[in-house]
Amino acid sequence: MSELEGGLESGAVSVGHMLEPHDDPSMTFGQRVKQFGPSAAVLVGLLLLWEFAALFLSIPAYILPAPSAIIATLIKKWSSTLQSATWVTLTEVLIGFVLALIAGIGIAVILHAWAHVRRAVYPLLIGSQTIPIIVIGPILAIIFGYNIVPKVILVALICFFPIVVTTIDGLASVDPQLKRMMKTLYGTPWSTFKRVEFPAALPSMFSGIRVAATYAAIGAVFGEYAGSSNGLGYVMIQATPQMQTSLVFAAILLLSLISVLLFMLVSVAERILVPWAREGRMQ
Amino acid sequence: MTSEGATAPVDDVTGISVSHVNRSFGSVVALHDVDLHVSRHQRVGIVGPSGCGKSTLLALVSGLDDPNSGDISVLGARTAKERLDRCAWMPQRDLLLPWRTVLANASLPLENKGLSKSAAYEIVTPLFERFGLAGFENRHPYELSGGMRQRVSFLRTLVAGKDVLLLDEPFGALDSITRADVQQWLKSALDEEPRTVLLVTHDVEEAVLLSDEVVVMSPRPGRIVARIPISLNHVESRREAVTQPDFIAARGLVLDALEA
Repeated sequence: MSELEGGLESGAVSVGHMLEPHDDPSMTFGQRVKQFGPSAAVLVGLLLLWEFAALFLSIPAYILPAPSAIIATLIKKWSSTLQSATWVTLTEVLIGFVLALIAGIGIAVILHAWAHVRRAVYPLLIGSQTIPIIVIGPILAIIFGYNIVPKVILVALICFFPIVVTTIDGLASVDPQLKRMMKTLYGTPWSTFKRVEFPAALPSMFSGIRVAATYAAIGAVFGEYAGSSNGLGYVMIQATPQMQTSLVFAAILLLSLISVLLFMLVSVAERILVPWAREGRMQ
Repeated sequence: MTSEGATAPVDDVTGISVSHVNRSFGSVVALHDVDLHVSRHQRVGIVGPSGCGKSTLLALVSGLDDPNSGDISVLGARTAKERLDRCAWMPQRDLLLPWRTVLANASLPLENKGLSKSAAYEIVTPLFERFGLAGFENRHPYELSGGMRQRVSFLRTLVAGKDVLLLDEPFGALDSITRADVQQWLKSALDEEPRTVLLVTHDVEEAVLLSDEVVVMSPRPGRIVARIPISLNHVESRREAVTQPDFIAARGLVLDALEA
């Protein structure tokens, strides 16, 4: 039965599924290969193509370094530059992301609980997203200096919006029948929030958190571009005029790894906190 | 289990009394001058065409909604809040919380009342045997069949310890075999532990089988057009019941009233 459902699940690939955790502990090795094999094959193929193009079309290394050259730079520059830069950026990303989680969920709950606050604030919140985040970077650098604060704020600002929107949506789309049911079972507004609305909103909330996880690194890099003394964005901005293109690519690779790491953390948290959502989808 | 949540004194005589109740939604008149009197521990089936206001009537009695005019009293409770304390409401969908185990779902009313999880579980666990759910305490609702989920929903409703059960097509989502099963089961559960029951259904046989009296409502605006007392000889099963002459006669009366 569960194999049949698993088969249906993997057969029905949708955009929504792209952002959802695929990792199912009950999957056999064969199913895993079937699930991740095609994208791994495409990735290896592209890397090989890139490698041979760089080798045989004699593209200068400062324009497009070969993947092997990027890895070599990554190893060579790890202890001198990249290690500390990765650590700095990772710290900015994680602190900013946690701040976005707290602020995003907190604000969403407040806006959900008080309709008049929501009417006053929600349109402004959406409007605020029309300000390009990239222009805020220099302003924050002026206010807070070249330290970690502006980067953390940028990460939080960029992550916070999808979390707020999906949390509010999740809270608002709770089945009204469930709330009526709670009323007839001695439910107070607080117990209804705690036992029905919040858990019901979790799957929607996590879809926003997953999107936010993929944005977080961008915020840190913008912040570092605007003014910094270390971090992967700083490395990139220093390496570019020096034509150290392979170093730029090495930094990009590390940034991607930070994003993947954050995304995986969120997926693991989701599997622990929202186990029923997977089962619900399978039904 | 007693209804500790109730504040107003329980009026043993009246049960549920609905008098001259009107309810409109915008320009749509859902209920027009509805009168309904149900004694305590009586079971009343409500049948009528779709959209005749059956569910609206239940919502009004339960205290989830208030009428535009008219009076409703549930065991002496008149305000919506007091009625909510007296009435348990169960709709067609089981409305179980997918993130809670079956045991935690059934314990929900006790937890809402302020009992700790462990205290609530201690009270609810022994009831699983009686409801044919023993061994499923720690499963999640999606692991259960439709009939079992509906029984969990009943268990939760009964755990609330309210005197009045408002059942809004509680078997509507079940297939006919499961349905007959759960009906039979509910009948014996109610014989064991009597409650005042309003049962909304579009299944005439179900109404006749489970009720002491069947009330027939007219198409919108909903009014009560007939009241048919039911007294069936005691039989063991639904199969047996539906072949009895008194059952057939009662069903005929209800169908006549529906078509009139």
